[in-house]
Amino acid sequence: MSTPIRLRNVVKRFGQLDVIPGIDLDIEPGQFTVFVGPSGCGKSTLLRMIAGLETISDGDLMIGGTRMNDTPASKRGIAMVFQSYALYPHMTVRKNLAFGLETQRMNRAEIDRRVTLAAETLQITQLLDRRPKALSGGQRQRVAIGRSIVRDPDIFLFDEPLSNLDAELRVQMRVEISQLHERLGNTMIYVTHDQVEAMTMADRIVVLKAGQVMQAGTPLELYNSPANRFVAGFIGSPKMNFLDATASESGLDVAGQSVAGIPARAAPGRLTFGVRPEHIEVGGERGASLGEARVELVEHLGGTTVLHAVTRSGENLSVVAPGQQVIRTGDVLPLRLDPANAHVFAEDGSALRRA
Amino acid sequence: METASTEWEEGRRPASRFSEALRRNLPGYLFLSPWLIGFFCLTIGPALGSLYLSFTDYDLLSSPRFVGVANYVRMATADPNFGAAMKVTFLYVALSVPLKLAFALGVAMMLNRGLRGLPIYRAIFYLPSLLGASVAIAVLWRQLFAADGLVNDLLWTFGIEGPSWISNPNYSLYTLVILSVWQFGSPMIIFLAGLRQIPHDMYEAASMDGASKRRQFFRITLPLLTPVIFFNLVIQTIDAFKAFTPAFIVSGGTGGPVNSTLFYTLYLYQEAFGYFRMGYASALAWVLVAIIAAFTALSFLSTKYWVHYDD
Repeated sequence: MSTPIRLRNVVKRFGQLDVIPGIDLDIEPGQFTVFVGPSGCGKSTLLRMIAGLETISDGDLMIGGTRMNDTPASKRGIAMVFQSYALYPHMTVRKNLAFGLETQRMNRAEIDRRVTLAAETLQITQLLDRRPKALSGGQRQRVAIGRSIVRDPDIFLFDEPLSNLDAELRVQMRVEISQLHERLGNTMIYVTHDQVEAMTMADRIVVLKAGQVMQAGTPLELYNSPANRFVAGFIGSPKMNFLDATASESGLDVAGQSVAGIPARAAPGRLTFGVRPEHIEVGGERGASLGEARVELVEHLGGTTVLHAVTRSGENLSVVAPGQQVIRTGDVLPLRLDPANAHVFAEDGSALRRA
Repeated sequence: METASTEWEEGRRPASRFSEALRRNLPGYLFLSPWLIGFFCLTIGPALGSLYLSFTDYDLLSSPRFVGVANYVRMATADPNFGAAMKVTFLYVALSVPLKLAFALGVAMMLNRGLRGLPIYRAIFYLPSLLGASVAIAVLWRQLFAADGLVNDLLWTFGIEGPSWISNPNYSLYTLVILSVWQFGSPMIIFLAGLRQIPHDMYEAASMDGASKRRQFFRITLPLLTPVIFFNLVIQTIDAFKAFTPAFIVSGGTGGPVNSTLFYTLYLYQEAFGYFRMGYASALAWVLVAIIAAFTALSFLSTKYWVHYDD
């Protein structure tokens, strides 16, 4: 089942403080939407308002075409996976999975059928009679997801579900959650502060800052055409380089050097030039020159080499070079880039569309 | 290299390990000494002394006379007051402990709802526990529940003629139970701490599952609180078995009317300091120790059936 969610000027107020000043958002049926943003940006609050765990101060929350502002959490057709898993420590896995169904006074045969099915789906059948304390982090996470699945909800909400797991397990669970979405096809909203999780899992990413939507779009839209400097810096790893720039006759003056081929529409005031580390080339002939930079630190990752360098004008720059480069600290390297990959931001941070 | 290390070790050997440890720990023992002296001279010493006395006939004036287990035999076979005191005490424990714990939990749940000015309420509710065991409060209790006391004045305004609570054997024990329940502060503070340990998102998960407040209480709060309930149960039961002051003051030391407030410790006190039967009183004390130890042991043994430890 897949259900659309519509937010119309949704506001959250704590006393005098507007944590979410007013959000409009459409989440399409069956879409995997990721809310991403730094700590305190309001992404979890927004999720909890959709869940019914926080009241909505103003605006409308529509789920499947019905206004749900005042509907209790349990009647919204939503299941939620919590960051801490929120498993009941005194119950076995089986009891944890069955708790919600028993609350709904479902008949025993149906409860058993659903619990068995969810356990098989998540490969936790052998854990059913254990208590949560006897499970690893990844297994607990699976049980938490299982508790949502058994209820057969219209919508799944995930509140930073992988943040307590180690790096390897995170990657594995990321894949499993994506596969689960693939299989079930439900509308899912996933909150994270990890942009890699957002990029790898989302059909659509909503980037939030200070309770406002900075940009919403597919992962590649956000990567290729960030609407502002915040999104440009938030999406992508290592993060985008930002250098002071001014518009000139021939293009753009960046790092004390005129970079040809970036016909940024002349804008008054200071501009910011942005280029992703993986879009800078070391040496070569193609594209426009970005001047020279002195290497301060080299990180060999095997598949790529990450360089931390300083431009002649003293600005820091990261470069991701393909393969295993023979570059040493102190080397001075000529840098180039394809002007099509350059971004220019106005003084207020908004992206200037290329002319 | 090896030779050098052996020589070094041999060089150290003359100073014995014990004296070395003593020298190192001496300041610690010195700081502990007031407590150690108190514990050995004022607790362990007298306790062992009373164990010996429990096998004697001793009236403080002449030397103790060894009588074997005669005191214990008398208790079991020939002392109707012993049975009465046991009955009163067990009834008091059975009533006051569950009521006090339930009341303490109720107030703790109320205070746990994110109340403004919580520390003030906490202090106010804890106050009776600070005053509760004092003589002054027991005296006050006697005034409140007397025939012409405040409780009856209050009942009279509703047209009810109350009995003399403390001088009626049918009610006197219950006034002491109420006094005990009124001293709910200490278990309440511990319940409050326990309630705060329960992660809030468990209630959120339960409410998303549609669990009512009542179901959340019985299926989440109570089970997760069992370690704290167990702790409070043991402490309060031991306290209740040992209760003395309220009965002594309210009944004027008699345990009356008609032995209705003859707490075990009060009876023990009468035997020791009323009739100077120190040997018999010591035996009574050790029986109480045995009862409390047995109850505590049973409580611990029962934990695996009802107490849920997180880890």
